Amino acid sequence: MSDILVSEQSAAGASGRPAGRLLEVDDLRVEFRTRDGVAKVINGVTYHVDAGETLAVLGESGSGKSVTAQTIMGILDTPPGHVTGGQVRYHGKDMLAMSFEERRRIRGEGIAMIFQDALSALNPVFTVGFQIAEQYRVRRGMSRADAKKRAIEMLDQVKIPNAKGRFNNYPHQFSGGMRQRAMIAMSLALDPEVLIADEPTTALDVTVQAQIMDLLAELQRERQMGMILITHDLGVVADVADRIAVMYAGRIVEEADVYDLYAKPAHPYTLGLLNSIPRLDEKGQELRTIKGLPPNLMNIPPGCPFNPRCPMAQPVCREKVPPLLQIGAGRASACHFAEELVNRD
Amino acid sequence: MTENILEVRDLVKHYPVTRGVVFRKTVGHVKAVDGVSFDLRQGETLGVVGESGCGKSTLARVLMNLEKPTAGSVHYKGQDISKLSGGALRRLRRQIQLVMQDPYTSLNPRMTVGDLIGEPFEIHPEVAPKGSRRGKVKELLDLVGLNPEHINRYPHQFSGGQRQRIGIARALALRPEIIVCDEPVSALDVSIQAQVMNLLEKLQAEFGLAYIFIAHDLSVVRHLSDRVAVMYLGKVVEIGTEDEIYERPTHPYTQALLSAVPVPDPTVREHKAIIRLTGDVPSPADPPSGCRFRTRCWKAQEVCAQEVPLLQIRSGSDHPSACHFAEKREIVATHEAA
Repeated sequence: MSDILVSEQSAAGASGRPAGRLLEVDDLRVEFRTRDGVAKVINGVTYHVDAGETLAVLGESGSGKSVTAQTIMGILDTPPGHVTGGQVRYHGKDMLAMSFEERRRIRGEGIAMIFQDALSALNPVFTVGFQIAEQYRVRRGMSRADAKKRAIEMLDQVKIPNAKGRFNNYPHQFSGGMRQRAMIAMSLALDPEVLIADEPTTALDVTVQAQIMDLLAELQRERQMGMILITHDLGVVADVADRIAVMYAGRIVEEADVYDLYAKPAHPYTLGLLNSIPRLDEKGQELRTIKGLPPNLMNIPPGCPFNPRCPMAQPVCREKVPPLLQIGAGRASACHFAEELVNRD
Repeated sequence: MTENILEVRDLVKHYPVTRGVVFRKTVGHVKAVDGVSFDLRQGETLGVVGESGCGKSTLARVLMNLEKPTAGSVHYKGQDISKLSGGALRRLRRQIQLVMQDPYTSLNPRMTVGDLIGEPFEIHPEVAPKGSRRGKVKELLDLVGLNPEHINRYPHQFSGGQRQRIGIARALALRPEIIVCDEPVSALDVSIQAQVMNLLEKLQAEFGLAYIFIAHDLSVVRHLSDRVAVMYLGKVVEIGTEDEIYERPTHPYTQALLSAVPVPDPTVREHKAIIRLTGDVPSPADPPSGCRFRTRCWKAQEVCAQEVPLLQIRSGSDHPSACHFAEKREIVATHEAA
């Protein structure tokens, strides 16, 4: 499924859409207007997700990965956030041009999202069961009893033991892992085609993380959902992703198949990230770090935003912004020296 | 053989659970740390790993004498630190310092960096006389990789990684022998995390520091530690050298923990055997009888419910392991696939 990757940057991509393409983000631009100035948080992000595949969006804090997701969902705080350009197409239709009502219909039934912190994402004054059943009553017009039955089925599907008894529990009565399961049940209640998972396991312990990632993979397979997994964890990504988009300073700097990306990264930032993680399977010596800090988004350096930290930087990098260009089957890199990086040994 | 500078024996910390407002009565105890023993040698790093709620942070607080232990002892060079108070305790605190997890809340926002790092000198004026303090602070800033000219800045003017460096500089100010690091890099991004880890290693080599490195990230702990203790529900379940724990784990919990760590290499994902633990960690207020891990363990038998397994070297294990059925098991995830 991931072989049919096309990285067209034109807005005309909508007409020649491959079958199964669910969601496309096209040259999205978002800025935050604050008292201190304008922060350019998203600077032309383009990615897509097809049915049944997992796209991992990888990046550090402030890279814009979560803001992109918020824009897709239409939950960007405005102000201070403003979309200044680009499209988010769901089945080829630009959601940013839709009315509030149209977007609302897509939320939940078309695209759903799960968040990192389930405790703050769930409403503390309603029972977990009520919060799931509510969707069936409001969106599907079901009776109270039917909605409850469906909600219990959902809780059961996400493997919450004793789903019936748990229906009347409040979020604080659930453990961290159970809460995450409840949130997954809630977001999948209306059978969405695309699931955006924003750091779904970051707050969890490793043994619970493994359980939740398993559950997500299983549900995705059953439903043939497209999944956008937003994370900073290179380990989780290697386990579950089909394709990866690496973000830095509000741009995609590299996009590749998961195997290619780990074997031969085509952007110095990706390479730097891979080098700087301690590995469980080897006792390393000194870690090779990326020097410096991510740029201030109110004052992004000219040229390639990574150039002040890049070990390969040349004069051209300080002058020209490298566009995200195809460098082979299904891979793209936004580095002037991508070819050299991939071809070296 | 280097000497032990810290000896922890049967350390217990229970917190009472109370009910009622006027007639307060104790209805139970949260057994945060429940019988922990280990030694720390000069200049080594002891990693402490475990999931949330296993008592690692409480352990740090008791070691720092921020909390009095319910039972047990912590000896620093033969002195029981939990019995100390007043001046003796203050003198001891010079030798054991703490680096905290959250660089955002552990620095007073109204103090400049110079004041923050210089504050230990106020309490211990014998280390640096007043006149030389600013110079010392600048030296420390330089040591941890910050610009000494930023001495008058406030914490909010620094990034997360830089703040953690400030925290480290402050811990170093009194030239301690032991630094307890409680999740020092878990709030940081990957690229910054590596910088701080390298800094910690550099400082250890330079000053011969001993670290107690508490973290939930097993890869980070392996990278920095000489020896590792694995904790579960207030107890150490396995302790050994970095190699013994990561290459030849014998406790089922350690094995499950290691197998669940995602490996940043997609080529291992097909032939990776994750040991799937069911359920959650039980409440430390009401831990299971016998072996605390038995409720999630695939090896559990009758004896596990009745007898608490001691942390000792067993027939199936070349290092102390608290499992009746300790034995080696190949953990695929920790080895290269090819």
